[in-house]
Formats: sequence, C-alpha cells, structure tokens
Amino acid sequence: MDGLDDIVEEFLVESHENLDQLDTDLVALEQEPDSRERISSIFRTIHTIKGTSGFLAFHRLEEVTHVGENMLSRLRDGALELTPQRTSVLLRMVDTVRSLLASIEGSGGEGSVDVSAVVADITAAMEDAPAAAVEPPAAVEPPAPAAEAPAVPAPRPAPAAEAVPEAVPEAAPDGDAAPAAADTGGGQARRGVADSTIRVDVDLLDELMLLVGELVLTRNQIVQYVGRSNDTDLVRASQRLNLIASELQEGVMKTRMQPIDHIWSKLPRVVRDLGLQCGKSVRLDMEGRDTELDKTLLEAVKDPLTHLVRNSVDHGIESPDLRRAAGKPAEGVLTLRARHESGQVVVEVADDGAGIDPARIGAKAVEHGLVSADALARMSPQDLLQMIFLPGFSTAAAVTNVSGRGVGMDVVKTNIESIGGTIEVESVHGQGTVCRLRIPLTLAIVPALTVECAGDRYAIPQISLQELVSLDAEKAASAVEEVGGAPVYRLRGELLPLVRLTDVLGLTSDRHDGHVVIAVLRSEGRRFGLVVDRVINTEEIVVKAVGGQLKAIGLYSGATVLGDGTVALILDVQALARRALRTETSERQESRAAALRAAAGDTERQRMLLAAIGGARRVAIPLDTVTRLEQVRTESVERVGNREVVQYRGAILPIVRLDRHLGSYGESDREVLEVIVYSDHGRSVAIVVEEILDIVDGGAAVRSDIDDMGLLGSAVLGDKVTELLDVRAAILAADPAFYSAHPRQTPDGVPASLLEV
Amino acid sequence: MTTAGSLDSTAPAIGGQLATFWLDGDLYGVEVAHVQEVLKSQGLTRVPLAPAAVAGLINLRGQVVTAIELRERLGRPPRPEDTAAVVIVVRLHGEAVSLLVDAIADVVDVDPADFEAPPDTLAGAGRELIRGAFKLDGQLLLALDVHKAVSA
Repeated sequence: MDGLDDIVEEFLVESHENLDQLDTDLVALEQEPDSRERISSIFRTIHTIKGTSGFLAFHRLEEVTHVGENMLSRLRDGALELTPQRTSVLLRMVDTVRSLLASIEGSGGEGSVDVSAVVADITAAMEDAPAAAVEPPAAVEPPAPAAEAPAVPAPRPAPAAEAVPEAVPEAAPDGDAAPAAADTGGGQARRGVADSTIRVDVDLLDELMLLVGELVLTRNQIVQYVGRSNDTDLVRASQRLNLIASELQEGVMKTRMQPIDHIWSKLPRVVRDLGLQCGKSVRLDMEGRDTELDKTLLEAVKDPLTHLVRNSVDHGIESPDLRRAAGKPAEGVLTLRARHESGQVVVEVADDGAGIDPARIGAKAVEHGLVSADALARMSPQDLLQMIFLPGFSTAAAVTNVSGRGVGMDVVKTNIESIGGTIEVESVHGQGTVCRLRIPLTLAIVPALTVECAGDRYAIPQISLQELVSLDAEKAASAVEEVGGAPVYRLRGELLPLVRLTDVLGLTSDRHDGHVVIAVLRSEGRRFGLVVDRVINTEEIVVKAVGGQLKAIGLYSGATVLGDGTVALILDVQALARRALRTETSERQESRAAALRAAAGDTERQRMLLAAIGGARRVAIPLDTVTRLEQVRTESVERVGNREVVQYRGAILPIVRLDRHLGSYGESDREVLEVIVYSDHGRSVAIVVEEILDIVDGGAAVRSDIDDMGLLGSAVLGDKVTELLDVRAAILAADPAFYSAHPRQTPDGVPASLLEV
Repeated sequence: MTTAGSLDSTAPAIGGQLATFWLDGDLYGVEVAHVQEVLKSQGLTRVPLAPAAVAGLINLRGQVVTAIELRERLGRPPRPEDTAAVVIVVRLHGEAVSLLVDAIADVVDVDPADFEAPPDTLAGAGRELIRGAFKLDGQLLLALDVHKAVSA
C-alpha cells in the first residue's frame, strides 16, 4: 500500500502510454478495419499488459485483458469481423483496464473495480454476434462504466462460467462507482508516476550531447579571447557563460547517466548458474551499485564485465574442497566494485580465488609461441600477467563451454579500449585476482592534456595520464639514461621507459635547450614516459571522429578543436605504447643478442652500470642484470641469521653489501643505501653499492685478467680501471638458493660468461 | 544526393552541372551535387605519418574535416609557395572531405554528348581519377572521380 514497487511503477508508466496508443489505434481501426497491422499492434499491447498483470498477480486485470486478447486474436485471424459494437466493447475494455490501473496506482491493489460486466460483454460480442444486436444501447453507449450497469444482466447468463465476478454480482453498481472515484483521486497520483517522467529518444539525447559539446568548445574559445580583454562587463558575462555551459553540460550528461546496477542486476543469476554448473559455491558482493555512467558506455561494458565475472567463477574461484585445503572458507567471494575516481569510473571484478600463477602463464605463453623462453625469464610478474590479454591465450586446462577457448581477454581488452577505457589485472597467486576497468564518464567530452611537439599540438586523454615531469637541461643530461639502447628515466627509483613523440611521429623536435618534459602515461598496467616539447594546458575536449585514412594510421583516436579554433589530433595512448614499447623491446632483445654475441667472443658493445663501492674502487655490472635501482634506508635493514635483509614490496629481499663481498670496507654509516635489484623467476636480491656512477659502453674497453675473489677481471671503462663483477657469485652470496630454487642452473639473464667484456 | 552521386560515378557518361576549378593549368569538374561549399584557404593541422595526399585537418565550423591535396593526388608538382589553396568541401556518403585546389571557376552545364574517355595524353597517377573529358569551347574539362580522389 505504501509506495509502489519499482516493477509495478514501471508497469504503470508503460501501460498508461500503451493505453493512450490503444485509444488512437482502436479509433483508427474503425476507419480501416482491414488493417492487419493495427490489429496486431493492439493485440501485442493487450498481450503485454496481460502478461505483466498475470506476473504481478493482478487477476482481474489479467482476466479482462485475457478475453480482450481472445477477441483481438480472432479479429486478427479474420475469424471475426470488426463491427462498431465490437470496437465499442474493446474501448470499454481499455477503459476498464484504465480504471484498474488507476486503482492499482492509488491503492496498490485492484480495489473494487468490477470487470465481470466487461468480460461478459466482450464474450458476448465475440461468440454471439447477434447478442450485440439484441442490446444495441449497450454497444453504442459511451464507455462510461456507470451507464453500463443496467445492461449487464442481459448477457450475463451466457458466460455464467465466470467464477470470480459471479461471487459479487450485486456489487456491480458499487464497483462502477469506485473507479470513478479512483479516477479523480488517482488522477493526481498518476501524474506522480506517469507524467513526472518522459521517454526521450536516445538519438535526441545524443544530438543534445553533441550540441553541448559544441557549446563547450565555443565557450572555451570565448573564455580564451575574453581572457585577453580588460572589459569587466565582458569578463563577467563570459564567466557566467562559463558557469552555465558547465552546468548545462553536466545536466545533459546526467540525462544519459544510468546506475551501473542496470547491468549488474543480471550478474547474480549468471554467478549462481555458473557456480552450480562448475560445482562451486560463490557469493557475489556488489559495492557502489548506484555509480552512474553514460548509457552508451554502460552498454559497451556489459559484455566485457559479464565475461570477467564468468572468468572469475570459472578460473578464479576454486572448488570448495580445494578452498578448504588452502585454508579458505568453502564459499568463494566475488566482489564487484564501482566508484568514481578523478573523472573516471573504476569498475573492479575481484575474487578471492586461486589467483593467476605467473609461472603457468609463462609456460603457456612459451608453449603457444607467444614469447621466447629467453624473453620470458626477463619479464616482471606484472608483464607476465599482461600476457593474458594476448590473442589466443588461455590457461584453462580444459575447454569448457564457459571459458578456455582462448577468445576472451583480448576481446575484453579491445572492447574496453574501443570506448577509451583501460584494463589492468592484479593477481596474488593463491589469494585472488582483481581486474580493474577504468572507463571514461562519457565518450563525447573528455578532459585532456594538450602538449606541443614539433610545433603542433596534440591532446592526450587524462585517463592515461599519471604525472608530468619536467627536467632542466642539466638534470636531464644526468637523469635520462640509456638502457640497452632505449632511453629511460629513473622516476623515484623505478626505471621508466621513455618514448619520444617526435620519434614516433617521424618529426624533428624544435626544442634545442635540452629541457625534457615527460608525460608519465599508463597503458595496460605499465607505465612509460612520453617525451614532448612542451605541456600547454589541460582542457575539456570534444572528441571528433577522423576520416578513414587517418584511422588507418593507428596512432590517433580522433581529433578535436581547441580553444583557439585549431584542430589537434588526439593521441591513442594504447596504440602509442604498443607501437613504441614493442620496438623498444625488440631493440632491447637485439641488444641482448648483441651482448650474447659479445659474450661469445665478439667485441660488440655491452652496456655496463658503473658503481663505486668505497675505497676508490669501481665495479662494472652488466646492465642486463639490473632490474631496478632503489634507495633503501639503512634503518630498515633487518637481520635474518647472519644475513641482512630488507622488506621490499611485501617480500623479504636478501642484501649483499658489495664492498664487504669484495673485501673492501666503505662508509657504513650512510643513512640511505643505493641498491641494485636483480630479479629472476620471481626471486630478487639487492646488491648494495656506495654510489651509482654512470652507464657506459663497455665495447671498447681494454681488458685484463687481473682479478680477485668475486671478480671476473678488470677493464678500462670511462678512463678508469674498473673491476668486472661476478654477478653470479654476488647473488649467491646474498641468496645461496637463488639459482637452485629454479631448475636451470644459469638463468637466462646472466650467463656467467656474459661478464667477460 | 549521395546515392545519386555513387550511381553517377559508375555511369560511363555524366551530364548536368559541374563545379569547375583550376589545378596546375588544367580545368577540372566535380558534380555540383557533391559540393557542399567552397572556402578560402584554411589553417591546416598536419597529420604525421598520414599518406602524402592528406594535407591535414581543417576546422569547418567545429567539424574536423580531412583535407586532400589534389595536386599530390593527381601527381602534379606542389603548389607554388606564394599561392594559397582554395578548399572545396564535398560530402560523400554523409562524410565531409575537402579538396585543396588552385582556384575555383564557374559552374558549367555539360552535355553528355561532349563526353569522351580520358585523353591518351593524360598519364601518370592522375589518370585513374579522371573519368573523362568534356570538350568545351577552347578548353577541355576533366571530370574528376571524387570518390576515388578522396580515398587516398
């Protein structure tokens, strides 16, 4: 009684609309009684109402629409002919339906609306054509229910089978009075439901969105021009315009927003069915189900999201037995989370299942020939995880009808990227997996960073932007290093591969002062730095499609018109990363191959990291064996037995102090330790040096075999005699089990002979 | 309009009105039905890595339109530096594309009877973009196949 159920409300809104249409259709049908199409349309409408009312247990409504439907179906099939009487009866049926709906809306139930009279009339009009002739007044009578009352007794004897209305034959007059009251009283209430919402064509909303986009652009232009003026009235007016345009934009965007629950609501069923099918017990938790996003985007993420959920149930969550054995509760938990985060919608599909085993991924990837065993050994766990997005990749042991066909994650990724979103996967083996989708709020207007490169401006969607780094010439000279022929920047200790936009676009930079501006971008869970000439601004841009010729280039996701009216291309960060980093990887592989040739006795170049270890000694470490450079606070160094360790990214990292390892003693009272991290097959060790000096090309080095414990020899590098570290020995000093933990005695990364420059 | 255009492009002969323009000393024509508007030279945004014939992008009242350098497309020498191009915006299959030409000329009524296959002297890359020639008084009018011209 209090407040209507959502479903009922929807039903009412829909039915009211349909009924209005029915009136028109029925009257029009009288003009052209042969229109099969119209009868079919009326039939469908009544059928829909009947179906829903049955479902919602509005029995009288169902009853009246049921007989109406019968009659309509016979009319449609040509078994009956449409006469004015029959039209009148049908119109009365529509009125009765309306009364019932009004009553439902007003009181939540069908109230006392009596349907027996109408049901009887329809039955009579249908089965016994002359019956209409017997009492023409009834048929011609306008469809006011009250006037019908006297006519009821005549046809009633025939359809005496109607059980329900029969029970209250005397109540008929009362019942007729009730709808009238309900109609006036319920009229207000109906406005509450039916008239407070209108249905709007999505195309119209799209058009509005486009126009608002144009308005935003024009606003940007005006604001830019006015910024140069000192006419205060004009400035004030433009500020007002600015504000209103923003609000309008927000308002129009809201009209297209729908809560993500629209697509989530189907998932509990999917999870339940799939869980049963796989013999798993899964609980689905949803957080942030009222998070809203653009309707178009919602549609676009529906399938990928369903796929991820199925994946989690099928691959992620283990069977109850396995879970119990692993000390987890038998019931797996699948959590869907959605939230707004800096202008994006973040949707996570998280499970507490088995997680993804990087080793298994790696093995599969090699088996499928997607990556060489060599390259595999050098990949970080994060890179390994990304391989599940490669086409044709599946780790499912058996192909089920659920998943395992190897079409999937790559399609998910393509779909998400096609709407300007990104996908990342994080997984802890044995603890679970999180797939994170980042989706723009809307497609049409995106916040973007505008940058300049070789005199032209380009827009980078902010969804991929993490931070900006600006280096002056002096800093750039030392901070931008070359690793394996590719430029990298050490961003807070982590090596950030750099991509020069000018190189990618085949242009020549017009910046000659040595300054380096890096936009740190994220793509596919990996970061890279895009080197641009200048950062101009951040602004809201409206994405315009570009012609086919430009799409084929595969570097631009579109174009936009900037505040000053010039056109700027929008960079496709994913494509950029794929193109630039792939070449970089292959270059690195080449350089690795070169290094190996060098190891085989060739005099080709080999890049070395030079480090000081105290006592004026310099040590060269092949760059290929360096995974990361870090700084560790001395006080965070702890001891395990007689070994030093440090907690690092949730793992225990054994430390070897190179000075002690090589029998030299440097200053040990330093607050911060410079650390070279070497990782292989998921194990890492840290080599502590006094200072990282330089990266040099070892190719031209003069070598000697003067060596000592822990060294492979020495060479002249950078004009000084430098000791060549036996990395293998150093690593074993830190972690004696480093290599034996893995079957291969010599890891791919460090052939012992590699160090002979 | 666009359907009529695509029909025309397959037809051996065309008649009706052609919007004509000059390019490297020759007179060319495109069906008037395709032409949306003609603009003075516009600021172009270059597109790195695009095919050579793509001169750049122009801002047509908020719409981003690709500009095709017709001289490049027809294998003619580049336009002299001191002359500005004229932009002809054509609409094909609902998409606007612009052509850069030297100068715009009249709209000419042509008679299909005057239509001939492309002259044999016409050589090079341009030949396949020319559907034929109309003999006007003292001048040959080359009918451009717009669809081919923009599919650079």
